[in-house]
Amino acid sequence: MNTPPILEMRGITKEFPGVKALDNVSFRVAQGEIHCLVGENGAGKSTLMKVLSGVYPHGTYSGDILLNGQVQSYRGIRDSEHAGIAIIYQELALIPELTVYENIFLGNEIRNGPIVNWNETIKRAGEMLAKVRLKVNPAAKIKDLGVGKQQLVEIAKALSRNIKLLILDEPTAALNEDDSANLLDLLRGLRDQGVTCIMISHKLKEVLAIADTVTVLRDGQTICTLDAHKGEVSEGALIKHMVGREIDNIYPQREHKQPGDVVLEVRGWNAYDPALGREILHNVSMNVRRGEIVGVAGLMGSGRTELALSIFGNPLGYQVKGELRVKGEQRSFRDPEAAIKAGVAYVTEDRKGNGLILIQDVKENITLANLQAIAKNSMIDGNAEIKVANEYRTSLNIKTPTVEQRVSNLSGGNQQKVCLGKWLFVKPDLLILDEPTRGIDVGAKYEIYTLMNRLVEQGMSIIMISSELPEVLGMSDRVYIVSSGRITGELPIAEATPEKVMHLATN
Amino acid sequence: MARDVATSTSPPRWRLLVARQELVILALLLLVSAGLSLLTGNFFAATNLLNLARNVSWFAVAAFGVGMVILIGGIDLSSGAVMALAGLASALLLQLGLPIWLAVPVGLLSGALVGLCNGVLVGMFNTPPFIVTLGMMGVVRGMTFSLSAGRPVRDLPPAFRALGQDDVWVGPLLVPLPLLTMVGVALLVSLLLRSTVLGRYIYTLGRDERALQVAGVRTERIKVVVYTFSGLLAACGGIIMTSWLGVAAPTAAADYELDIIAAAVIGGTSLFGGEGSVFGVVLGALLMQVVRTGMVLLGFPTYLQVGAIGMMIMLVVLIDNFRRRRLSR
Ligand SMILES: Nc1ncnc2c1ncn2[C@@H]1O[C@H](COP(=O)(O)OP(=O)(O)OP(=O)(O)O)[C@@H](O)[C@H]1O
Ligand SMILES: [Mg+2]
Repeated sequence: MNTPPILEMRGITKEFPGVKALDNVSFRVAQGEIHCLVGENGAGKSTLMKVLSGVYPHGTYSGDILLNGQVQSYRGIRDSEHAGIAIIYQELALIPELTVYENIFLGNEIRNGPIVNWNETIKRAGEMLAKVRLKVNPAAKIKDLGVGKQQLVEIAKALSRNIKLLILDEPTAALNEDDSANLLDLLRGLRDQGVTCIMISHKLKEVLAIADTVTVLRDGQTICTLDAHKGEVSEGALIKHMVGREIDNIYPQREHKQPGDVVLEVRGWNAYDPALGREILHNVSMNVRRGEIVGVAGLMGSGRTELALSIFGNPLGYQVKGELRVKGEQRSFRDPEAAIKAGVAYVTEDRKGNGLILIQDVKENITLANLQAIAKNSMIDGNAEIKVANEYRTSLNIKTPTVEQRVSNLSGGNQQKVCLGKWLFVKPDLLILDEPTRGIDVGAKYEIYTLMNRLVEQGMSIIMISSELPEVLGMSDRVYIVSSGRITGELPIAEATPEKVMHLATN
Repeated sequence: MARDVATSTSPPRWRLLVARQELVILALLLLVSAGLSLLTGNFFAATNLLNLARNVSWFAVAAFGVGMVILIGGIDLSSGAVMALAGLASALLLQLGLPIWLAVPVGLLSGALVGLCNGVLVGMFNTPPFIVTLGMMGVVRGMTFSLSAGRPVRDLPPAFRALGQDDVWVGPLLVPLPLLTMVGVALLVSLLLRSTVLGRYIYTLGRDERALQVAGVRTERIKVVVYTFSGLLAACGGIIMTSWLGVAAPTAAADYELDIIAAAVIGGTSLFGGEGSVFGVVLGALLMQVVRTGMVLLGFPTYLQVGAIGMMIMLVVLIDNFRRRRLSR
């Protein structure tokens, strides 16, 4: 494209104590295009966008930002908003307890003098929702909407500010296929109306589907900018530039061996959620054998996470009925502690909400669920703790200057790895992984898959919950399909085709 | 992947220094003390320092417990009343002729029991700590009045008064016994917080309860333990106070619960939980006491002390906020 750039970032360098997150990065975005930004975890993508949007104000980085040819120096997000830039973060920033319309106009209220004009607000919110093709009542509370809809509300919020440049940081990471497709469609629509978009994503298929231009970052540096209209963008090319080497088999091979004894069995499993006031699991029966990876496929909201939680000591207080056997013994776990003692571990899908403690450092997070292992007579052995943390840092390739770094300072994908490390350190017999590779780059995914293979070869069993069908089919020995709180099918991997699984997941 | 560039971008030295609230308070403490010694001439006189140390000791011991409660994101308003109760219980038993080795532990136990009740209500029944401990404050204060029939208990045996009044030789130094007790308790609590599994759980609980629960830790148990500790330590402080004053009054330690919370906050304990240290609490208690003593020496009326402490809290919180903002850059 030869249109003049709407945005140019020149020689951007940003350092944190101990980390050079961006090193002389250049980035050009043409007017009216969809520009994808890709790169490994910790490559500096989010940081670059935070520099652009004024989260890191002028003076805390070096280099220049030019918007429509004019040098910009933002003191904060407000300034960049005034200039027509809106950013939607990796972690959504809506307020769950407020309504849709309140959220859309939060900080940008429609007022008559000091008084908010709610009628006008609701009307305008309705218009914005129509723009993003979201059919919800503007008076609904955010917490009652699914993630996909929340994402659209975020975009509606951005659009209400009459923006020129929309930045989305991994917008589809938490979305199911339908919602993702819907979102991509919407972005195309916005492009046609002249809004320029920058999108960060680890889902290369999406990037291929939507990008006009792709910029690859690696180690805080710009590797290259590729033009899709000249045929420069392909999955292979992207991976090669991102990782610096070629990966030809995304799912590492493993022999599907004869599985061992049954490790976990549930029968006639029902769960009632008092908070929602309805039954969320109906008559679920499933089993997992030793040395097996069992995939759990299903749409988001189908009850997969609830199933995992209800098995894992039921921390949310569902009323559970049914039979649970672990290694042949009938059990009923009062709390996660009991489940962990029995050898069950659960890596949550929502790492912020109930996985990691962001203001604590890497080592403290990794050892938290198994402190006894590094303690003698209840005294924590500091050296042992550092040693353990460093082992996981190496084996999971967690990018952090030291294990004493606060987890909130790590990139999204590396936070996910810390979470994984924490549960591996529990050394469970059965590991339940809920969306284990969400927000993780291709290279790191490969590492995690390899690790999973190694673990089952050593005799661990894994339940893998995932919305990414290729991942479930690529890694599992056997697949259960969940739909509306029921198991609608069980397929050995040889018979599990994407069509069959999707059919069962939607019925 | 970001490379290690620790050498080129390691934080400047001043950052490391102000990185800890404790050091800021320490500086403030030295500044105020220096000012006072200039103004009064006798601030650093040995007797004054010894008195200061005694007064700080029992106050700080009680503040360690409350500090722990604040660390887990709770609050304990019953500490002042517990101090009075424990002192009074011991004193009454001594009057009945019980030996000191029995009377003091019973006093401690009474505090621990009150703390246990707080802990069970907060942890097991999920009641807001502010309400629970406010109610408990009333209940316990009421108990002190009915136990003593409203009259102070005097004539405490010398062996008991020694706890708060004696000095002992430590090498060439004559050190007040309560100060030694405080240092001992401080070391123990500090060890507990910094090096034990329970300590790690306490900090973590104040930062993110949910994550701790998912990690398989029963947070309600930790709450019970911490509130019990708070009661126990308040009792310990109360007993030393009683012994130092030589009289157990039902009205003793009135309003101390707020002073104690203030000392913890001044010492860098975050009311949101998850941040603070024993050293900080000691410094906070010291700073409060120094300002008090200084004002007495300078001849200000008592009611101005209250205002001064209030202003100091605001000042310290402001400094803390500023410090955080600079550091998060
Ligand atoms: N506030 C911070 N303090 C210290 N280091 C930071 C901070 N924010 C980011 N970093 C570091 O900067 C590097 C780049 O992080 P960034 O979040 O930009 O990565 P990313 O490309 O968005 O990765 P991901 O795909 O995992 O989200 C990482 O090494 C990260 O640890
Ligand atoms: Mg990121």
